[in-house]
Amino acid sequence: MTPLLSVQGVTKHYGAHIGCADVSFDLYPGEVMGIVGESGSGKSTLLNCMAGHLPPDAGQVIFDTRGDGPRDTLTMSEPERRMLGRTDWAFVHQHARDGLRMGVSAGGNVGERLMAVGARHYGDIRERATDWLDRVEIDSDRVDDRPTTFSGGMQQRLQIARNLVTGPRLVFMDEPTGGLDVSVQARLLDLLRGLVRDMGLSAIIVTHDLAVVRLLADRLMVMKSGRVVEAGLTDQVLDDPQHPYSQLLVSSVLQV
Amino acid sequence: MIELKDVSKTFTLHNQGSAAIEVISGVSFSVAPGECVALTGASGAGKSTLMRKIYRSYLTQSGAIRIGGVDLVQAEPREVIALRRDVLGYVSQFLRVVPRVPTLDVVAEPLRALGVPVDEAQARAQELLSQLNIPQRLWSLSPTTFSGGEQQRVNIARGFAHAYPAMLLDEPTASLDAENREIVLSLIEEARARGAAIIGIFHDEAARARVCNGEIDVSCFTPEVAA
Repeated sequence: MTPLLSVQGVTKHYGAHIGCADVSFDLYPGEVMGIVGESGSGKSTLLNCMAGHLPPDAGQVIFDTRGDGPRDTLTMSEPERRMLGRTDWAFVHQHARDGLRMGVSAGGNVGERLMAVGARHYGDIRERATDWLDRVEIDSDRVDDRPTTFSGGMQQRLQIARNLVTGPRLVFMDEPTGGLDVSVQARLLDLLRGLVRDMGLSAIIVTHDLAVVRLLADRLMVMKSGRVVEAGLTDQVLDDPQHPYSQLLVSSVLQV
Repeated sequence: MIELKDVSKTFTLHNQGSAAIEVISGVSFSVAPGECVALTGASGAGKSTLMRKIYRSYLTQSGAIRIGGVDLVQAEPREVIALRRDVLGYVSQFLRVVPRVPTLDVVAEPLRALGVPVDEAQARAQELLSQLNIPQRLWSLSPTTFSGGEQQRVNIARGFAHAYPAMLLDEPTASLDAENREIVLSLIEEARARGAAIIGIFHDEAARARVCNGEIDVSCFTPEVAA
């Protein structure tokens, strides 16, 4: 089976500092991988390098494209990469404001991504936007409201709708539940799990919340000081961690 | 169906003076389709450790654990994920779920993951929940607020939703009343009859005697504690 995403030796330095160093892994269709580690461990740097937001110093990010099979996205032309970012890839930011257009209505936010891939019929666009707002549990009578009038949890769900409307195959998520209160987190987790299962998505989720990865991710990578110190099945890494740092991380969680 | 060969486990606690704790060593046995084998031994003997190794929640450094042609000691994560979805079921002692998800969906989920249509998966879930005496008015609620025994039964319903060829049961009858215990035991007997290979931990001796055709005393594999 061809991996959907194959990451080879991705390295990023910030001057003399290591952002992330020599990260390699394969992600297969339908898999959800979590990346955990304390802040400053390089997980967001890695995510941004993979998603094409930051140019890494070395390495390859090979994606199994629909048309041409596996291709290194780092050597693609800018328009090709941008097209990928609008179609097969999605990126859910930690702060919904970074992923939304705050001056455009909720429906417009979802419709914009559809128009970017060629949808032109207003009625169709509006219908699909409303359908997606419904899927992420936003009332259809809010379709013309701007996200500035939404709560944090609603903004996050709108961002997810905007990202998933074009049926991507790979979703990058940076702390998708960060900054939300726990009841909203639970709703979002349930939503994400259902979407991953029903749409057959693959996802890479950066988070510092081990409870989130236990519920969402099949696989887990633990990062420390820019390097991957341990990787494996989520329950194995959490229940039988091998590396001293993973052991420390797992044993530091407060029991509720 | 399930075959263990010279399996051992040592935990190394790096943050506690690198203490190395050898829990079990030299475990070899096999379970054929239609068999149910009980793991026995005192608390702390390593029964749950062994079971988690078979599910691959715990790593195994040496030896081999083969289930349906896959060696779990060597397998890639994606092979283990596929094996757990299709072949190997596990009923743990505690139910772990996404908060807010209705009981019916929790039970139907293993089938949904296999691509069974919603209606069919939910129908099977309803059948199991009524069989296990979970009142219908609770099906639309999340099991997180249920009593211990109810959660246990939801967990069992979920574990038996798909007819796994290999199953691991960690104290499936603990905290159940006589009537529900009886139902769970008959579910296990049905699974055996359809050819599932089962490994279980039962503190309830009568239950063990009824559903199991073999026992493995895990304390035989516990290394002698050096003075």
